[in-house]
Amino acid sequence: MRQTYPFSAIVGQDELKRALLATAVDPTIGGVLAFGERGTGKSTAVRALAALLPKMRVVADCRYGCDPEAPGEYCEECAVRHAGTPPKTRLAPVPVVDLPLGATEDRVVGALDLELALTKGVKAFEPGLLARAHRGFLYVDEVNLLEDHLVDLLIDVAASGENLVEREGLSVRHPARFVLIGSGNPEEGELRPQLLDRFGLSVDVRTPADLDTRVEVVRRRDEFERDPAAFTRKWQARDGQVRRQIVAARERLATLVVPDALLRRAAELCLRLGTDGLRGELALMRAARAVASFEGAATVAEPHLRRVAAAALSHRLRRDPLDEAGSTLRVERAVGEVLGP
Amino acid sequence: MSVADDGWTDAWLAAALVAADPAGLGGVRLRGPADPRREAWLATLATLLPAATVPRRVPHHVTDGRLLGEIDLVATLAAGRPVAARGILAAADGGVVVVAMAERLAPRTAAHLAHALDWHEVCVEREGLTARTAAAIGVVALDEGEGIEEVPPPALLERLALHVEIGALGRSPPPAPLTRADVATARARLAATRIGERQVRELAATAAVLGIGSLRAVVLAARAARVIAALDGRRRVTSPDAAAAARLVLAPRATRLPAPPGESPEPAPSQPPADAPPERAADGSPDPRTASQAPLADVVLEAAIAAIPPGLLALLGSGPLPRTRAPAAGRAGVAQAGGVRGRPAGVRRGAPRGEARLSLIDTLRAAAPWQRLRRGSTAGDQRRIDVRRDDLHVRRFKPRTETTTIFVVDASGSAAMHRLAEAKGAVELLLADCYVRRDRVALISFRGSRAELVLAPTRSLVRAKRCLAGLPGGGGTPLAAALDAAVELAAAVQRRGGTPSVVILSDGRANVGRDGTQGRTRAEQDARAASRRARAARLATLFIDTAQRPQRIAAELAAEMRARYLPLPHADAHALSRAARAVTPA
Repeated sequence: MRQTYPFSAIVGQDELKRALLATAVDPTIGGVLAFGERGTGKSTAVRALAALLPKMRVVADCRYGCDPEAPGEYCEECAVRHAGTPPKTRLAPVPVVDLPLGATEDRVVGALDLELALTKGVKAFEPGLLARAHRGFLYVDEVNLLEDHLVDLLIDVAASGENLVEREGLSVRHPARFVLIGSGNPEEGELRPQLLDRFGLSVDVRTPADLDTRVEVVRRRDEFERDPAAFTRKWQARDGQVRRQIVAARERLATLVVPDALLRRAAELCLRLGTDGLRGELALMRAARAVASFEGAATVAEPHLRRVAAAALSHRLRRDPLDEAGSTLRVERAVGEVLGP
Repeated sequence: MSVADDGWTDAWLAAALVAADPAGLGGVRLRGPADPRREAWLATLATLLPAATVPRRVPHHVTDGRLLGEIDLVATLAAGRPVAARGILAAADGGVVVVAMAERLAPRTAAHLAHALDWHEVCVEREGLTARTAAAIGVVALDEGEGIEEVPPPALLERLALHVEIGALGRSPPPAPLTRADVATARARLAATRIGERQVRELAATAAVLGIGSLRAVVLAARAARVIAALDGRRRVTSPDAAAAARLVLAPRATRLPAPPGESPEPAPSQPPADAPPERAADGSPDPRTASQAPLADVVLEAAIAAIPPGLLALLGSGPLPRTRAPAAGRAGVAQAGGVRGRPAGVRRGAPRGEARLSLIDTLRAAAPWQRLRRGSTAGDQRRIDVRRDDLHVRRFKPRTETTTIFVVDASGSAAMHRLAEAKGAVELLLADCYVRRDRVALISFRGSRAELVLAPTRSLVRAKRCLAGLPGGGGTPLAAALDAAVELAAAVQRRGGTPSVVILSDGRANVGRDGTQGRTRAEQDARAASRRARAARLATLFIDTAQRPQRIAAELAAEMRARYLPLPHADAHALSRAARAVTPA
């Protein structure tokens, strides 16, 4: 089993890194969809980010990892057990849960605990992947190859933030709020629009074109593979820096105001592009705020909006197959029209 | 590589590399027929691997459960609690798995292999099992595919460093120069073997010049260079090592040849302009201009070029490769639905019957809560699980309903540009809402002396757009060749379990025969013969007559192939896609 590649050692891929960091600062943005060719280090980046995130505080005796700070969002068990009294807490790493392509439904949503049922005759719920991903990341590699019945599950839970299980005589509900991260190659199959919409941001990942960058990528990868531990130590300080930046950005986030004028600009942009619903506007605004916060800006400004516009909106455009321009280009064009060149 | 050894030197070197560092290099693709040469290579690999590891053979139709690990049915029933069985990949940890008929491998299976290759572990989340087990493996993919369309899933190929072309090897293999002891020494030495900046740069430059976009290829080449140095007993990679690595790892991935000095690096404009420079830059491949200006290590580059498989060289010589090789896109869509029983679609209550398969774990789950009650009613063995008919659950599979619409577009003559543009529009419109229906679209264009598969069956709008950008038009009308091509493609679709339908856009006035010669009489005879062949194939066909003044001949040909005939002199994309949808068998 391999060690994780340090996040700060990733060469280039600024768009992908920015999108991932934005969701780390503000998980309510939604997920990140990383579409691109093979060999661009998509999954490396996702795993690297997760390894870097600061630990989170959870209710000590909760198997869903409820947030002690938010009693309103407790699971059914915590709501009963800790009504009125503050629960004991512990620190836990932010979960990154892989949803493998071959997963079966029962493992994803959770099911009757078979062993307990057979040996003791007890009807108990065994949480699935969705429960494990609560407050963390759910990562689906090759998300465009995922089977339809699993996609349906994800679409529902990602929207409601809650997993409802009604099977084998069980009736369980538990919170399941996670950042959905998907990666894949669009040439191998497209994503259902409803699932596409669940991703707050989408980025196109490309291989760097200039030789020096490419050499640097290979050189670092080789160094990492030869001695993962030493390599990780070497980048530890920088990873720590990024971690502190995330923590600071999270704290600052609530106090950071988005000026009305900027909100109006964002709305204008969405109108011009004809994006469906309000989700695009929300993602755009939140991502701009998260980026501003991460960079330590005093206020959210136009440059922040500009930088996240393509990521927040390009996958929400109504598809016009006869329009030759790519969706990223259309967003950039609209940004130019609304915000000026 | 000397000429005298018939390629075996490199083949044996590849075997030693795989044996020395299976997980680091990912493995090897053995392309070519199942013949004694392949057997000899595999047998040698087995003698080079550590004695304890036996290459494990995996059939292409392996189930996810067997591959990753699953509930052991017999043991579970006997024990009365879930018992896990280890999967093939976990069992092969540290060794090599041999995947037979890799060109038929389902993308899902390839994705599992790819995950194991990336992370050296398998994750199981199925049927009551949750496990993460070490699986550092190398994959030997036996690829018997023919042509550049029939290739193993690109997700897997991408991760296999080496490529051995079985067909290009000499008939009698010389004895392998290295032994198990050599390989074991190299294994031990590998961690301390280093590659310098200079050699990495040489490899990266070579990859850029050969049009290899993926950086993984370069990473693997660098790794291979280190293993080569280690096999040779050195602690530093030299340029000859890098050259050998380029030959083994980069050359087979080449998508173009570097321009000879002094000439423009632009691809010749005559060949498919779908791959014109702006397009290329847009899809992320390195820009040929920056690449050719980069300083090159000629030794490494020459080694790589000299080792490009002969067939590939011919293709490269005729302009940029049609983008089917490296990303081999669209194939995934094909094979994805290629499972025998359709796509899994959850579990439901019911007895196994016909194609429905029993889902043990769900059956047990249904039975479990009742055990105490049921034991009360029948005095039986207390350890046995009492399963009733009502508990039975079966796994559901969605039967395949995928259709492939094959557009056959007449790109000859003056109306070509207009017709092509509308056909392209129709293809893209069909694809735009195909996700839900899981339909695919292919396009054959014909002009001059031959028909060409421009767009292999695909569901991807992205790919379709790229393939269809700027198709050339003009020239003769080889209608017979086009019909033959359509029938062949339709047969291929049927073999994969899909339902083909054919939409022909032409005025029917053939003037080039099957053999490529001009002449209206001969061409018409051939077209009629091809039409009869199409009828014999019993395809759902629509003949759209695009002539300004519809003529008798098109209607006759349509009748000959039992196609629906639709004169549509002013066909636009929307009308075409509606018509195509109508012909699609429900």
